[in-house]
Amino acid sequence: MLDKTLKEIHEALINKQVTSEDLVKEALAKSYEIKEKYNAFVTILDDAKGRTVTDDLVSGIPFGVKDNYSTKDVLSTGSSNTLNNYVPFYTATVVQNLFNKGAIMVNKTAMDEFGMGGTGTTCHTGPVLNPWDKTRMCAGSSAGSACAVASGVYPYALGSDTGDSIRKPAAFCGIVGYKPTYGMLSRYGLFPFASSLDHCGVLTRCVEDAAIIVDAMKGQDENDMTSWDSSNIHLEKHLNDNVQGKKLFYIKEIADLENYPNASVELKEHLQNFHDTLNKFKTLGVEIEGVSINQELLNAIASVYVIISCAEATSNMSNLTGIIFGPRGNNPKVMDMIKEHRTLGFSPLIKRRFVIGSYVLQKENQERYFKNAQRVRRLIVDKIEELFQKYDGLILPVSSGPAKHFDQDDDCIDENTSVLEEHLQIGNFGGFPSITIPSGFINDLPVGINITGARYHDELVLNLASKLESLMPYKGQIAKEVTK
Amino acid sequence: MKKQIAVIGLEMHCELKSNSKVFSKACNSYNETPNSNIAPLDMAFPGTLPVVNKKCVADALKVSMALNCTQPEYMYFDRKNYYYPDLPKGYQITQMDSPVGVNGHIEIEVDEELIPVDIHDVHLEEDAASLDHYFDTSTIDYNRSGVPLLELVTEPCLHSAKEAVAFLEHMRDIYKYLDVSEADTKKGQIRCDVNVSIMDEDSQVFGTRVEIKNVNSFGGVADAINYEIKRQTSLKEEGRYNEVEQETRRWDEEKGQTIHMRSKVDAIDYKYFVEPNIPKYKITKEWLEELKQEIPQLHLERKYNYINNYGLSNYDASILVKEKSISDYFEECLKLNIDAKSASNWITTQILGYINKYELTINEIFLTPKRLKDLIEALNKGDISSKQAKDIFYKILDEKKEVASFITKDNAQINDETVLTDLIAQILTNNPNQVDQYKAGKTNLFDFFVGQVMKETKGKANPNLTKEILTNKLK
Repeated sequence: MLDKTLKEIHEALINKQVTSEDLVKEALAKSYEIKEKYNAFVTILDDAKGRTVTDDLVSGIPFGVKDNYSTKDVLSTGSSNTLNNYVPFYTATVVQNLFNKGAIMVNKTAMDEFGMGGTGTTCHTGPVLNPWDKTRMCAGSSAGSACAVASGVYPYALGSDTGDSIRKPAAFCGIVGYKPTYGMLSRYGLFPFASSLDHCGVLTRCVEDAAIIVDAMKGQDENDMTSWDSSNIHLEKHLNDNVQGKKLFYIKEIADLENYPNASVELKEHLQNFHDTLNKFKTLGVEIEGVSINQELLNAIASVYVIISCAEATSNMSNLTGIIFGPRGNNPKVMDMIKEHRTLGFSPLIKRRFVIGSYVLQKENQERYFKNAQRVRRLIVDKIEELFQKYDGLILPVSSGPAKHFDQDDDCIDENTSVLEEHLQIGNFGGFPSITIPSGFINDLPVGINITGARYHDELVLNLASKLESLMPYKGQIAKEVTK
Repeated sequence: MKKQIAVIGLEMHCELKSNSKVFSKACNSYNETPNSNIAPLDMAFPGTLPVVNKKCVADALKVSMALNCTQPEYMYFDRKNYYYPDLPKGYQITQMDSPVGVNGHIEIEVDEELIPVDIHDVHLEEDAASLDHYFDTSTIDYNRSGVPLLELVTEPCLHSAKEAVAFLEHMRDIYKYLDVSEADTKKGQIRCDVNVSIMDEDSQVFGTRVEIKNVNSFGGVADAINYEIKRQTSLKEEGRYNEVEQETRRWDEEKGQTIHMRSKVDAIDYKYFVEPNIPKYKITKEWLEELKQEIPQLHLERKYNYINNYGLSNYDASILVKEKSISDYFEECLKLNIDAKSASNWITTQILGYINKYELTINEIFLTPKRLKDLIEALNKGDISSKQAKDIFYKILDEKKEVASFITKDNAQINDETVLTDLIAQILTNNPNQVDQYKAGKTNLFDFFVGQVMKETKGKANPNLTKEILTNKLK
């Protein structure tokens, strides 16, 4: 039952074909199976109980929560050894909003440690495997959430997205990943990675479910000064609006094959899939144009992201000392106690990023790196916003192909395809609403396409995504392991 | 060696009054029970976010205006990153780029002379937790974590411990007048860092600056400055001025010494950057104007008003302006047209004596300015003597009744000249010896006759009239 859409499951609950208790049992059983197969979870909530079914579409239905959301009385580790025993005493606003509508949390999903990393391999519980092919990554950081939703554990799971942490794993797992405009979902209770880039969001198997969940979670929060009043936005209501005459652009430097003289077969197929998808979309009367953007600006995306995210992360994670929470160091001297906690607790990847973050914030380097990165971020956002004056949205392929093998480590930047791999970060720079949906298969592995729109235009972005989804046969698909 | 002058700059941290802390909902009040005033943010639990307390910003802006600073167009905060066990987030939210006030200037009074003080900046930030160290263990109390703190930084423009303390006292009074802080050093609400250097009297070049951290009383500030001036001057005298290094020292109150903490080369890089969780917001002219309306006339201005326009002494005026409530009371008296000197005398002697004895505030006592006016008028009209006025003063306070109820015919002053003339004639007749002695030159017996009149009238005789008649009769 849990492999259906929210509306179908809700219908079944209302018609008493199934009970909420049945759904919880099914989700828990499936959770154990998926944990065993793909290592997708940090915690499975054995004591989860069915709840009363109301008119709310989420009521009585199980869901998953990425482990960087604070959940009262439930272990919340951020997939880090620095918090491997941390049980919060308060619940993140967006999770609480779902609880208030009767939703049932059944597990906490594994992730790249504190959301840093795009592979799903740096969780303290070990790597998360791709449910389409266990030799491949899910991408990250919302790896466990993507894996679980793609495997049909439940219709949706919460993720978080600082660079592309929802939208890339969604593509690699053949599902939908949506992060709304910055501030539409409260970040209160989300363990911070880089506050100016962090977004809450959701992974689902169809655009409609993404709309329903964000409608249920959103709202201005007195605990988050960056949240805003979105009570006049109704995502689900506008999914079927007519899109004829809407105008989209793609960036030629990123999506045109001629820019990749040494393109692999996989990349060629991927870009072909993208352009084929555009052609399908055009049949609805959507106009799509290729636009050229200064290559230097595009090339700067990855560095800008690294500098800003590492700088903010270094500071944000300074609270992890093991003094108040997390395993305390044994050294009797307090500074050494902190040092021990952090040395033992963090993975090498995070430590490397802390070094970068500290370096770019140092007095003598700040102007050259951090301040310049902020200026370039502004230039990139200004350029995209200028285009949003003319176009309703930006459409681009996600990544350079399907999920990567575990031996293709992703924490270094491949110059040839770096912009293709990193462009989703534009959505975080500008706080733009951005959604990834599946657009086909390469070698039986799913690939995705992304639509990004102007701030506060979430209704339109989801409307476009929903219409495009309706032209393809991937809506609601469940992962099937490929055998070769 | 040429005469040396000291150059001193101060950093003054003052905790602000507010219902809740500057970025969290926890209560901001002094609490004996450790870790009882805390919200998740104050202990930096993962996922918590700061929310700015608007009242604290308003109060900080008032201080900024009172110091004649320039206010920023936009309000935002910065993170100051460093590790210390009293700093749970690993950074302090403060203001680096755009403080609530810059380039201020005020005048303070030292030995009845006004001297200018330039203010570098004043900024709003959060306090750290407090640490207590025991023999083999330390404890952390997070009650103080997140308490609003206003840091004021002067230019290096002060030249003695006396000036420094005068400045701190002046600022403490301003905070109290603005009602933004209790400014109580005993509760640790004011803490100072002091920068001291020396230079030749005629020099234009500052000497090597030494910073002394965490001096927590005004007396300590004076002692630390004097110690440091002496230390630096002695080294210079001995030709060892190169041993004065740019360093941070701490004040050891027990030993009465400053002690080396760290050198400039070990200075911490705080890696400041803008706090991303607090959106920049515009400070409107309208809001500033509104806040300006709430700023009362400050103590120094009031003091010079009392001296120059009401003829009070510097001493009395100083006492009157020491607390705003007392000064307000005095001004209320002025509004009621009570003679300024008379009001001042009553307040500085009787009223302050009474409220200090019973630990009351001036607003709590039954004797309002209006009632004081009734009392003074009764005295001036001669309905009561000044001795009676003092008695009635206490009766009003104790019995909480109007002045009129204590003025009866019985205790009215005797102003009738014929009554007094008759009485005095009688007394002179009854004391012939004393009259003879007086006339023989023993003039100090005059007071004896006054005493006799008072005795007969139970103190009700008008003293001036009595003296006048006596002088005539004894000619």
